[in-house]
Amino acid sequence: MSPMARTAPVPAATDPAIIRNFCIIAHIDHGKSTLADRMLQLTGVVQQRDMKAQYLDRMDIERERGITIKSQAVRIPWEVDGTAYCLNMIDTPGHVDFTYEVSRSLAACEGAILLVDAAQGIEAQTLANLYLAMENNLTIIPVLNKIDLPSAQPEKYAAELANLIGGKPEDVLMVSGKTGVGVEALLDQIVRELPPPVGDPNAPARAMIFDSVYDTYRGVVTYVRVIDGSLSPREKIQMMSTRATHELLEIGVSSPEPTPSKGLGVGEVGYLITGVKDVRQSKVGDTVTTFHKPATESLGGYQDAKPMVFSGLYPLDGADYPVLRDALEKLMLNDAALVYEPESSAALGFGFRVGFLGLLHLEITRERLEREHNLDLISTAPNVEYEVTLEDKKIIHVTNPSEYPSGKIAEVREPMVSATILAPSEFVGAIMELCQSRRGILGGMDYLSEDRVEIRYRLPLAEIVFDFFDILKSKTRGYGSLDWKADGDQVADLVKVDILLQGEQVDAFSAITHRDKAYAYGVMMTGKLRNLIPRQQFEVPIQAAIGARIIARESIRAIRKDVLAKCYGGDISRKRKLLEKQKEGKKRMKMVGRVEVPQEAFIAALTTDESSKDKSKK
Amino acid sequence: MTPSVLPLGDPAPADGILPAQAAVGAASRKFSLYAHIPFCAVRCGYCDFNTYTATELGGGASQDAYASTAVREVEFAARAMTASGLPQRKLSTVFFGGGTPTLLPAGDLTRILGAAVEQWGIEEGAEVTTEANPDSVTLESLQELHDGGFTRVSFGMQSAVSHVLKVLDRTHKPERVPQAVAWAREVGLNVSVDLIYGTPGESLADWETSVRTALSYEPDHISAYSLIVEEGTKLAAQIRRGQVPNIDDDDHAVKYELADALFQAGGLSWYEVSNWSRTPADACQHNLAYWHGDDWWGIGPGAHSHMGGVRWWNVKHPTAYANRLDKGESPAAGRETLDADTRELERIMLVSRLSEGLSIDTLGPAGRHAVAGLIAEGLIEPLKAFAGTLVLTLKGRLLGDAVTRALLP
Ligand SMILES: Nc1nc2c(ncn2[C@@H]2O[C@H](COP(=O)(O)OP(=O)(O)O)[C@@H](O)[C@H]2O)c(=O)[nH]1
Ligand SMILES: C[S@@+](CC[C@H](N)C(=O)[O-])C[C@H]1O[C@@H](n2cnc3c(N)ncnc32)[C@H](O)[C@@H]1O
Ligand code: SF4
Ligand SMILES: [Mg+2]
Repeated sequence: MSPMARTAPVPAATDPAIIRNFCIIAHIDHGKSTLADRMLQLTGVVQQRDMKAQYLDRMDIERERGITIKSQAVRIPWEVDGTAYCLNMIDTPGHVDFTYEVSRSLAACEGAILLVDAAQGIEAQTLANLYLAMENNLTIIPVLNKIDLPSAQPEKYAAELANLIGGKPEDVLMVSGKTGVGVEALLDQIVRELPPPVGDPNAPARAMIFDSVYDTYRGVVTYVRVIDGSLSPREKIQMMSTRATHELLEIGVSSPEPTPSKGLGVGEVGYLITGVKDVRQSKVGDTVTTFHKPATESLGGYQDAKPMVFSGLYPLDGADYPVLRDALEKLMLNDAALVYEPESSAALGFGFRVGFLGLLHLEITRERLEREHNLDLISTAPNVEYEVTLEDKKIIHVTNPSEYPSGKIAEVREPMVSATILAPSEFVGAIMELCQSRRGILGGMDYLSEDRVEIRYRLPLAEIVFDFFDILKSKTRGYGSLDWKADGDQVADLVKVDILLQGEQVDAFSAITHRDKAYAYGVMMTGKLRNLIPRQQFEVPIQAAIGARIIARESIRAIRKDVLAKCYGGDISRKRKLLEKQKEGKKRMKMVGRVEVPQEAFIAALTTDESSKDKSKK
Repeated sequence: MTPSVLPLGDPAPADGILPAQAAVGAASRKFSLYAHIPFCAVRCGYCDFNTYTATELGGGASQDAYASTAVREVEFAARAMTASGLPQRKLSTVFFGGGTPTLLPAGDLTRILGAAVEQWGIEEGAEVTTEANPDSVTLESLQELHDGGFTRVSFGMQSAVSHVLKVLDRTHKPERVPQAVAWAREVGLNVSVDLIYGTPGESLADWETSVRTALSYEPDHISAYSLIVEEGTKLAAQIRRGQVPNIDDDDHAVKYELADALFQAGGLSWYEVSNWSRTPADACQHNLAYWHGDDWWGIGPGAHSHMGGVRWWNVKHPTAYANRLDKGESPAAGRETLDADTRELERIMLVSRLSEGLSIDTLGPAGRHAVAGLIAEGLIEPLKAFAGTLVLTLKGRLLGDAVTRALLP
């Protein structure tokens, strides 16, 4: 049996031959965090009494949602056949919104544990991450987790895994992160199977940044994997993408608490602190070298995060605008993928147009803003970035429907994605119907096993950002999973649908849709608003229009009675309080022309039924 | 009438002493008495007044002792007012409401009235009203009330249509109303009838029948209320469960317009949103006191009182009420002392409901600023506004709360 390492290898003086860098690839909830916890415990890195579930998921939201947003790296000692090894476990985010971060984490490793829930089987995101791992030439160790569950089907899924990565079902390890069964064997297997890192210790230093986290006390903490050469304390370092130099204030390893070290050598994984305050100065994917002996060639693979989904964020209370601005500024320090600029809406006041990696990123950001800064926010319907070529050949990029030019458009291009959907084969028809209705083009279909199928579609991003995933889930009774990545763009026949209240356009409700769907949007939105806007003293027509052409209309009948019939001695206090409340309510109304629209109507109109269900959190 | 849900307010002291504000300017304000009688034979499904059936009270004991308890509050009130520095004022109006006051023997009612008159005296020709259910009076009881000082009776007719009365859970037969009205006339009482419109299942024709029938009794006064679905009532539960269709504001509006037209043709003019009278003198003086912000003491469980911008209300349950008075303590459950802005808000809210109207000069800048808009919307009478008074139009009466909101700063 493999004992806990008695003497842990010392950072900066560790022979690459005893280093193993690995990560865990898993679909959400398949047990990555739990397994990581168990490893920390077994190797003695975290004492039993310090153990709290999902030790590595640090942010509150991560803990609550049970997902890993920011990756972390932990150095753990493990002894096999009398040799003490140094394992670096890099925890990667599991969600497709963070694909780029995943790919950088993978690039810091030589191997990956492919962790699959033995009761669920492979999911689309696992496949996507597995694909990234193979692209990075990682050695894959297939593992089935949760074998303690009565509903586990280890044989079935072992065959599925073997089929996928080309091995034998018997080679698939069986573990339970919950009970700890098989975890020691897995650690042994990591040492035996994964290749040690190789690099030139004498070359100029090159270390790849795979994560960058803002910490209130210490500023930005940068996580790196050293490829060549070494880094040592009090050295001036340089970012190769910008040539910016920083003083190295602290260098160390996480085990898992940050522990300063004498440096980091070839193959080692650790953290750097330079005193910078903004993660943009220390970007994921960039190469760190030393100022005095700089490398000439960066490690490559660096790319700026590209926002895919845009939404307007507005404070419910206009007076909170400065709070929102400061909050976004702060959040940006920790989120290199977040972009925003101020915008204003006639209906919603002052706010920001914010770009996100995807819908989850949007939701998490919004939730963090609301929770950590005590804000109430309205977010407008998410949309994508369109490239509009005008007749005079000028090109504009539209991320907000209200900027969509009227007339004189030569061509509009919309971003596309290639999507992979995994589901039990009985749902193939339902899934195809959904994708077809979202203007998808079938790319191919493969059976992973007898009853599970992988379907590939190319779809407009705009068609999946709103409610696609929720509908997919309901059409597949929860079994369907989705992964997508950007896949160029295409020319599309798009129009802007405006919503008018009593003839006044309400910018917050405008949408860019495919021409074939404009009518449906118009009918949906006018219908929704008719139910949400209270009756006024006059009739209020609600119209949906493309340019000057009305495509749908509804109307709110004038209110005829608004008076309390009885008002005697005992009713006076009660009635006065009611009036005072109504007066307060009036302050929360937004005026669109003469029409009083309650804030709630905006929120409700801009929320899908699915996401409003989510909002019924504590 | 006292609603069953009490407001949230400040605590009220046991000695009943009022804040100093209550006495300021009291000499120039009229003083009225309201007496609440919290008993009914059965509880109507729509009603949320503070009233109890004999079964709910577990026997008739408290009904028998009620007049004595009420008299005790009359005496308590007189002492507390004097101790609070209020001047001695004669009663300007008296109103017995419920519940069903006429469920008590007429002698109980006249005894309470007598005690009040003994304490304060009463103005010459003062209006003294009692509410009554049509099936809880006889010629004799009405005679006794008249002889004991009552001048006016207000009958809960509600509707002339049996199936509507049934939805309202009313126990009386429609034929009973003309009988009761005739008796009241005979003994020399001024007569009013209450109607309710917009009951689920009531057609426009049903409502027209009720209005015409009420007019055929030639009352001096009619109150017509749109049915209010009060929280916690049986009716509210029936609507929630879908057993009875919901009420509809548009239906109410049409019925209000119809009633107003028929009342006018029948010789009654509106003087408050829900009240019509044959002559200005037939308007209910007691209710006008409420709308004018005059002073009144309300005796009885859950009764509300008002004195110079101080409002208070009694504990709701008859037993708790009696216990307080037995101990010589004020039965008040809570009170509020209104600041100048709140009093002004109440004034606008109440006086704007009256046909006499609100003097535009007395309004603040925000209110005066709103006047032109209200004319434009057809909510107030333009000619009256030119002459300096804000008076609701028919449309404005139906949108009275919107008018009030528009006038508030
Ligand atoms: N029965 C059982 N449950 C497990 C096991 N591993 C994880 N879980 C549960 O699965 C859920 C998701 O685990 P988590 O580690 O957060 O998954 P992650 O999203 O991949 O990080 C949690 O409720 C865990 O308690 C296991 O081996 N057996
Ligand atoms: C307190 S009740 C007392 C009168 C008497 N107990 C009766 O019911 O005939 C006074 C009047 O208020 C009206 N009323 C009571 N509850 C009402 C409601 N929920 N909606 C509208 N009017 C109501 C009725 O017209 C009733 O006649
Ligand atoms: S009789 Fe009058 S007070 Fe009594 S329950 Fe019916 S409506 Fe209410
Ligand atoms: Mg996790």
